[in-house]
Parts: sequence; structure tokens; C-alpha cells
Amino acid sequence: MSTNNFKLIENPKGKFNTYLGLGIAAVGIIVLLLAPEFLTQYYVYLLATVFTTALLATSLNLVLGYGGLLHLHHGVFFGVGAYTVAIVTTKTSWPFAIAVLLAPLVAALIAFVIGWFCVRLRGLYFGMLTLALGQLVWAIVYRWNALTNGDNGIHAIPVPEFLTSINSVYYATLLILVISLIILYIITKSPFGLMLLATRDNPVRSESVGVNVKRHRLTAFVIAGFFAGIAGVLFVLVERSVAPSLLFWSESAEVLIMCLMGGLTVFMGPMLGAGILVLLSMVVGLYTEYWLLVLGLLLLLLVLFLPQGILGYLMEIYNKSQDKRGEY
Amino acid sequence: MDFATLASQFFIGLSRGMIFFIVSAGLTLIFGVLRITNFAHGALYMVGAFIAYSVSTLFGQGPYGFWLALLVAPIAVMFISLVIERGLLRFIYNRDHLIQMLLTYSLVLIAGDLVKIIWGTEYKSMHIPEALRGSFNLWGASLPWYNAFLLVVGPVVALGLWFFLSQTNLGKICRATATDREMVDVLGINSTKVFAMVFALGGWLAGLGGALIAPTTTISMGMDASIIIYAFLIVVVGGLGNIWGALISSIIMGVGEAFGILFIPGVAIIIPYIIAGVLLILRPSGLLKSAW
Repeated sequence: MSTNNFKLIENPKGKFNTYLGLGIAAVGIIVLLLAPEFLTQYYVYLLATVFTTALLATSLNLVLGYGGLLHLHHGVFFGVGAYTVAIVTTKTSWPFAIAVLLAPLVAALIAFVIGWFCVRLRGLYFGMLTLALGQLVWAIVYRWNALTNGDNGIHAIPVPEFLTSINSVYYATLLILVISLIILYIITKSPFGLMLLATRDNPVRSESVGVNVKRHRLTAFVIAGFFAGIAGVLFVLVERSVAPSLLFWSESAEVLIMCLMGGLTVFMGPMLGAGILVLLSMVVGLYTEYWLLVLGLLLLLLVLFLPQGILGYLMEIYNKSQDKRGEY
Repeated sequence: MDFATLASQFFIGLSRGMIFFIVSAGLTLIFGVLRITNFAHGALYMVGAFIAYSVSTLFGQGPYGFWLALLVAPIAVMFISLVIERGLLRFIYNRDHLIQMLLTYSLVLIAGDLVKIIWGTEYKSMHIPEALRGSFNLWGASLPWYNAFLLVVGPVVALGLWFFLSQTNLGKICRATATDREMVDVLGINSTKVFAMVFALGGWLAGLGGALIAPTTTISMGMDASIIIYAFLIVVVGGLGNIWGALISSIIMGVGEAFGILFIPGVAIIIPYIIAGVLLILRPSGLLKSAW
């Protein structure tokens, strides 16, 4: 008897109308393009934070939802990306563009090293090793004063002239988010993405028909790390500072909650979860200092009553209605 | 670096390993029998430490306070665990790992803020009782009495667990439930009651760990986050559900960390993660045989 298999996720069904999806996405993008005209600076900043977190959560879902792997410490690659930008811009005289290009590559490299060991393990053991190695990276960042400035973090990171106003940062993060999402979406629909689903649903059979399960998992892990690194770059653009707490495991847990809240089965799910959590934490913060209590209660309700997530639930209803229509 | 320093550091590490063992034994029991990844275990440990502080303060931090705290805090945490198990956990036994994990994580978040509401955010400290203060000489090395006390408590707990699990009927039922729950049900034993009992026992151990660590450290928010990762690593390295594996890896972690502090103080914080990482890479399914 093994509970190691990740049975939560049904295959994302292709029933949802593609044109409808594209239409919603297009309207969403147009609204977001116009949004800064109508919002105060604070809300523009908040939306940029949402974009950053949304990319991080979506990249995690490639491993968690599509790969079915219990990846517990994705925040590490986010932090590594952010720290790479911070270190290159403050400690070297290299141009900003180099820092931005290096960040996802370094994150992907770290993901490759961690993933190399993790994909050998299954289920919970996989999760625990991601946690152990991720915390190791955190501890190194926390302690390596000469390079990372340790506990204090790095502040006032210089950015190019054209990225100093919050509106330009907003458009930059939006642009990078949209491009990354398109690439990630294509990856999930590519032969590789389908193979990844196969290794998730039946690793033994995949292996026996000649699919290299470990290599597919490792590839997904590295891709997810790469995009988390990009999210790290966005974080630096928005915040212009980094701190070691970015890499602590509770940060990663919050990203997991976002994925679950939006729905692991749906590509857009983690994004929705990220949006809800970031905005909610702001709203709750206005009324009480006990945001974590609220988050905990919310998570409790979610786990007990809506484990498929908000979008997952809506998709279920939609699929059911489509099935019914087919019967008549 | 003389022998005495090494020896005293070894014993300090060993006594820290005992705390690790007491906490992770509870976690591994829960892992083995309920098959739940209980993130809330660290929170229970923290609550245990806070309750111990309150009990001890109630008695003016005197000697009786300490012993009473040691008795009361684990029992209080045991009851809290029982409520958690009956109220929440029993609804998610058949769910996915991620779901179970996030449910217990929600308890971590809730417990963290509740502790903040009840006890406030300032650091608390608890006195070591008169009888256990100071230190004694061991082969030229000085070892604090309290650490020696921990070195006694650890093996006592281990022996107690061994006796319970292998010599009593109830313990045998626990082990049977860990191996094959359906079979236990078929034999007419109510396995959900076993689950509740094991979770309560795990909570008792977490509370005991918290109460034991309380006098040696500042009791504060966030002490749950650091212990739970260590405990998870210990449990996984030892083999999920295997108490003796947890004992061995607790000692490795405790001693490894102590020597790390001695030799490379700057980076001692990364030692446990390195040990766990290396051991997991060498023996992916844990040092000893996993319970399932």
C-alpha cells in the first residue's frame, strides 16, 4: 500500500473552448494595459507584485501539477534569481542587461543541481530532499556575508533609468509575465508536456514504453527553476531589494497555497491564486496584524471543502455542463 | 583543540540530539501509523514550550514550577492534539500528501498567530531549577547538569516507547495499524481510535520536547519553523515511521551540529542540511527500514 502517488490532479481536459480562453486572455491583457491610467501608484505597485508572484506560482505548477512532484521549496530559485541580479548589479560593473540574463540561468543551474539528486527519489522523499537542499541554499545565502550581505540583504539595487518609475516597472513586468506564460503554456501542450503528464499518471508504464522518467522530471524541474529565476528578476525590479527570507521555506509554502487555491489542474489556476492571496493580504493588513491567522483559516477551509481549487471547481462545473449537453 | 573540549562538545551535541529525538519520535510515529506529514508538529512543540513557561511562571519560576511544567505542558499539548485529530485530521486520511501537508500547515499559521495573541511577542525565558544548574567535570571537560539531565531523559523516553510498542498490546496494535490498516479493521479493532491515540502520543512527545528545551533557550515565535525542518529531515533520514532510525539520525544531527559549531562556527547552520542531503543521496529510503 502506497500513498506516494500523486492522485489529486485529473488530466486538464481540453474541453474548454480555446477561442473563449484566448478571448478572456485578450480582454484581460487590454484591461491590465489600461489599468495604470486609472489606479493610484500603490495599486500599480501591488499589481506588479501580483505579476511577479503569478509567474512564480505558474512555474511551480509545471512541476507540482503537471509533473505530479511534491516540490516543497520552489522559492529557492526565485530567491537565487533575485540575488543574482542584486549581486551582479552591486558587486560588479557589468551592465544591468547581463544581470537580468544571468539570473534565470543561475536559477536554472541551481535547479539542475538540486533536481539531479531529487528526481532519484519518489513521493515524500522527493519533497523532503527539495526541502533539505533548498534550506541548504537558504543557509548559505544567510551566512555568506561577503557575497550576499547575510541577514541584512541587499538594498537600493540600481536599475536603469527607464525602469525607475512604477508605471514603467508595471509594463515591464506585465510584458515579461505574458511572454513567459505563453512559453510555459506552449511547453505544457508540447510533446514534452504531454510526456510529463504521462510520467505523472503512470511512471511505471511510461518507463516501460521507453520514456526516461527521471530526465523528463529533471527537465521540468530546471524549466520551472528558470522561470522562477525570471520571477526573481521581476521581484528586484519591483522591490529593488532582496533579503534571505525570500529563500526560507515558509515563503515556498505560501506559493504552494497559491497553486492549491487557484487550482492545480488548470494552467491559469496558480495565477488566480497568486492574485487573490497578494490582494487579500493587503486588504486584511488594513484591518488586522493577524494576516497569517486569516490565511491559515482560509487554507483550512480550502483543504477541507475545495481541494481542487477555485478554477478547478469552475472547470468541473463547466465540464459537467458540457457532458450533459452532449447527452441530449 | 584538546580531548576535553571535544568530549564536552560531543556530550552537548548528544543532549541536543535527545531533544531532536523526542520531537522527531512523535513525528515519525504519526508518519508511520497515520501516514500524515504533520507540519503542525513544530507548532505543538512551540506551544509546549510556551505552556511550560506559563506554568513555571505561575509558581514563581521555582523548582516545583519546572517539574510541574514538565508534567503539565506535554499533557496539555496532548489534549490539543486530540482535538486536532478528532476535529480535522480524520477527515483527510484518504487524501493526497499535498492536501494533508497543507492542512497541517494551516494549523502552523493559525497556531503562530494564536500564540502571538495569547503570549505576546516579547521573548520569554524560563529558569533551570536549582538542582540542575551549574556544570560538572567529565574527563576534564565541563558539562552542564541540564544537558546531563537531557541525556537521561532521552534514553528513558526511547525505552518507554520501545516498551510500549513492542511489549504492550496497544503498542502492537499501533504497529499492526501502521502495516495494514484494513486488516486491523477486519479483526474488529477500531483503527480510527488507534489513529487518535497515536496522534495524541505524538503531541505529548512534541510538548515534552518543547518543555525540555524551554529552560535552555529564549522561548519565542518562530521556534517552530526551525525545529520542524530538522525533525522532518531526521525522520526522513532515519526512514519514515522508524523510531530507531529517528534515534540514530537525531544523534548524528545533534553531534554533527555541535562539532560544526566547534570547528566552523560561521557556517554551522548549514551542517544539518548537508548531513541530511548527503545521507538522503546515499540512502534514498532512509537509514533504517521504513514502516511502509
